[in-house]
Amino acid sequence: MIFSRRKFLKYAAVSAGSTLLAETPFLPARAREKVKADGSDVRYVPTTCEMCFWKCGVIAKVVDGKVVKLEGNPRHPQSRGRLCARGQGGIGLLYDKDRLKVPMIRTGPRGSGPRGENRYKQASWDEALGYVAKKLKEIAAKHGPEAVGLFAHGSSGTYFNNVVRAMGSANVAYPSFSQCLGARDVAWELTFGIKPNSTCERVDLANSRVIILFGTHLGENMHNSQTQEFAEAVGRGAKIIVVDPRYSTAASKASMWLPIKPGTDLALLLAWINIIISEGWYDKEYVKQYTTGFERLRKEVEQYTPAWAAQETDLPMDKIVEAVREIGRYAPNVLLHPGRHFSWHGNDTQRGRAMAIINALLGTWGRPGGLWLPPKVNLPTFSENPEHPEAKQDPVVFGDYPFAGGEGLTQELRKATLTGKPYPIKAWIVTGTNLIKTMPQQELTRKAIDSLDLLVAIDVMPTDTVMHADVILPECTYLERHDGLFTITTREAGIAIRQPAVKPLYQSRPGWWIGSELCKKLGLAQYAVKDTWEGRMRRQARTWGLDYDRLARVGYIPLTGSGRPYITKTNQPVFHTQSKKIELVSSDLDDEDFDVIPHYKPIEQPKKGEYRLLYGRSPVHTFTRTVNDLWLWELKKENEVWLNKHEARRLGIKDGEKVRLKNQDQVISDPIRARVTERIRRDCVFMVHGFGQHSPAMTRAYNRGADDQQLITRCKIDPICGVTGMRVNFVKILREA
Amino acid sequence: MPKYVMVIDQARCVGCMACVVACTLENSVPPEHYRTRVIEMVTGDFLNLRSEMRPELCNHCDDAPCVTVCPTGASHHKPDGTVQIDRSKCVGCKACIAACPYNARYINEEHGYADKCSFCEQRLRVGKQPACVATCIGKSRIFGDLNDPESEVSQKLRDNSYRVLKEAAGTSPNIYYINQFPKRM
Repeated sequence: MIFSRRKFLKYAAVSAGSTLLAETPFLPARAREKVKADGSDVRYVPTTCEMCFWKCGVIAKVVDGKVVKLEGNPRHPQSRGRLCARGQGGIGLLYDKDRLKVPMIRTGPRGSGPRGENRYKQASWDEALGYVAKKLKEIAAKHGPEAVGLFAHGSSGTYFNNVVRAMGSANVAYPSFSQCLGARDVAWELTFGIKPNSTCERVDLANSRVIILFGTHLGENMHNSQTQEFAEAVGRGAKIIVVDPRYSTAASKASMWLPIKPGTDLALLLAWINIIISEGWYDKEYVKQYTTGFERLRKEVEQYTPAWAAQETDLPMDKIVEAVREIGRYAPNVLLHPGRHFSWHGNDTQRGRAMAIINALLGTWGRPGGLWLPPKVNLPTFSENPEHPEAKQDPVVFGDYPFAGGEGLTQELRKATLTGKPYPIKAWIVTGTNLIKTMPQQELTRKAIDSLDLLVAIDVMPTDTVMHADVILPECTYLERHDGLFTITTREAGIAIRQPAVKPLYQSRPGWWIGSELCKKLGLAQYAVKDTWEGRMRRQARTWGLDYDRLARVGYIPLTGSGRPYITKTNQPVFHTQSKKIELVSSDLDDEDFDVIPHYKPIEQPKKGEYRLLYGRSPVHTFTRTVNDLWLWELKKENEVWLNKHEARRLGIKDGEKVRLKNQDQVISDPIRARVTERIRRDCVFMVHGFGQHSPAMTRAYNRGADDQQLITRCKIDPICGVTGMRVNFVKILREA
Repeated sequence: MPKYVMVIDQARCVGCMACVVACTLENSVPPEHYRTRVIEMVTGDFLNLRSEMRPELCNHCDDAPCVTVCPTGASHHKPDGTVQIDRSKCVGCKACIAACPYNARYINEEHGYADKCSFCEQRLRVGKQPACVATCIGKSRIFGDLNDPESEVSQKLRDNSYRVLKEAAGTSPNIYYINQFPKRM
């Protein structure tokens, strides 16, 4: 690099003062805070991004009170000085003309005529919060506090979780479990006793020699530091093996692309386990020292031969064998990536178990190039409010699933709302999640909403779900508020901060303030924030022995010495399982009468003329959150449906032509352009999730592309942890007249 | 005097578009115009596909046709080898846009002048890398001084075979592309 730090400083020293002072974020706060460069007031504010949930460190450049540029904080391990397109596009969210600006209360009677129209009246915060509190109190008095449920995603979930629990309800559900990574986390907890993820997946990509990705489309799935390390691995010449029905960006970087028949991943994984054991690729010492159940696993997977797997997965047998030998050859400095969005086919926990087992056999946990060990963080607990009361009735959000996670199952909350069983749910608070686009079976979500006495939405943008609400509370963006402190655990732990770059625009307010004021209005002032969130953060920092002012100045402070990523004689891994070892045979699953070792059961495949609907991500968007952002919208305005070239020819569909998709339940999608390509198998189609907004208030995104969730009218529930497998819908393609 | 060039290691580009947004916001590029873009090209049949990510921008050519055709001298070479536009001299005649073989220029309709990548001149002045380079997630874009044999760009070009785009156009461009396709197993 030509601008070494030293050279830069030298340069800075000899150059004329103020412009340079203004340009560098490395100077003390007082010097940085108010510097007049060519007459303008330039400030640099370190904070934390929330364009997705990776929690990158950001430095906001603010000129004359306006955020003009966002850059990655070089100190922060999640961004390392770089930001993705979305991170930089945060300015587009902040200054989006379509933002929610004032509190609004629905005026028209519920259920009369289409929603999403402007049948709201503007209200003061006092009036809106008073109205919400009055309604919530009425509902709690009539049905019990458990009748109030919360759906949340992102930082603001904390504040409304507090409200709901303070009232005495534990009906809280985060789609991130049921619709995303729940099954993966459960699978790894059953096997290793710990999730593979805290702030990020603990994958040591930078040092890996062979990386296998199952559908994980790094690059399109833009998680900053992880993608940086993936590119590093590619640049170093690490072998990448991608198992994906679609030739993803990651597949284009791969030494081997295995276009597997969708839904048969477990067959491939079981055959690999068999080969790893029978050909002796496993780490004998490691297996002996750290695992239990090896002998039983060996016997039970003998049946899964490569020839059988080849037939089942539609992959060539020699490739199946070659791939696993390659990862075996370089073990333990290898990695079978645990994945992230994992709710695929309804057998997802067992698929995750098989992936965890392969990592265990190859000894990747705690090894360079495998998964690093979690850092040790010993921070005193900090709380300024009394404990929440115990909910009098069991929450509905765990259903009958013994391993449903603490984040709750969204669809169980919806089900209870629809059926009134085991008890009525009459109010939803929804924050940071566009439920209608997030949950499968949209019609059920709509019906559930119709049956509510109160729907309160706290959000930044007028999404489809927000425009169904009775009361809309405009939250300010992450660039206008305090959140945290955040404990960031990567190879080493550290503490990060979110602080406002600018004051809240319009009448929007921070989530903490809205939650806190709501507590007061509910007569639960003991659960409110004492003064301000910043005040609370200062006290928290003091309790943790951190210099808050320094944190505010630099954005991230590492907890030096907390990380010991690899196994050594004096740094032994701890497994929180029943046996305190890695459980190849799961005792927890045994207790609940599930298969203790994963076994393969074929899933339904599409009939001739049908395609399995797959969905995924674009690097410039986060679900539906970013589709209206000027800078990101410009780069990707609508999604396309990827269709194999030969199938397109058979159907007479041309590239770029508008089509509709019709699923097995006769539901027809909005129009979407066909992307005719060699990059996908013939038995499936793919589209990017997040498009097809039906809220006209999102003026840019409105009616652009199609919504995959429209077509996900069927889901297969994983019996172990209750997540909703969503890649089980089949579509036909209709040409637009 | 330095000679600024960019080397692009295409294997490391994941097509995430971080560079495009960084450039747009750093340089106030008007909507629907770009100073840089990333082209994804895929060739071959199913099971035998090959893909190339190609970030493109102004090539800051040594024999720059935009400079030659500019009637007012607005487009000019700087001593550091970069091609820049003096906005006060530009009359918006679009001759440069027609002359550029790389489609790197556009007219800023609001102000009437031609515009393009400047290697973020304003950032270079204060010792920063161009915005696209500073944020490049894959560290695919490398920027530096070709006259310094120790610079990363010099080393990269010594150690790798490289190409330039549209060599036949004869403009001696200064964006160098390295591409190593993954070794097949």
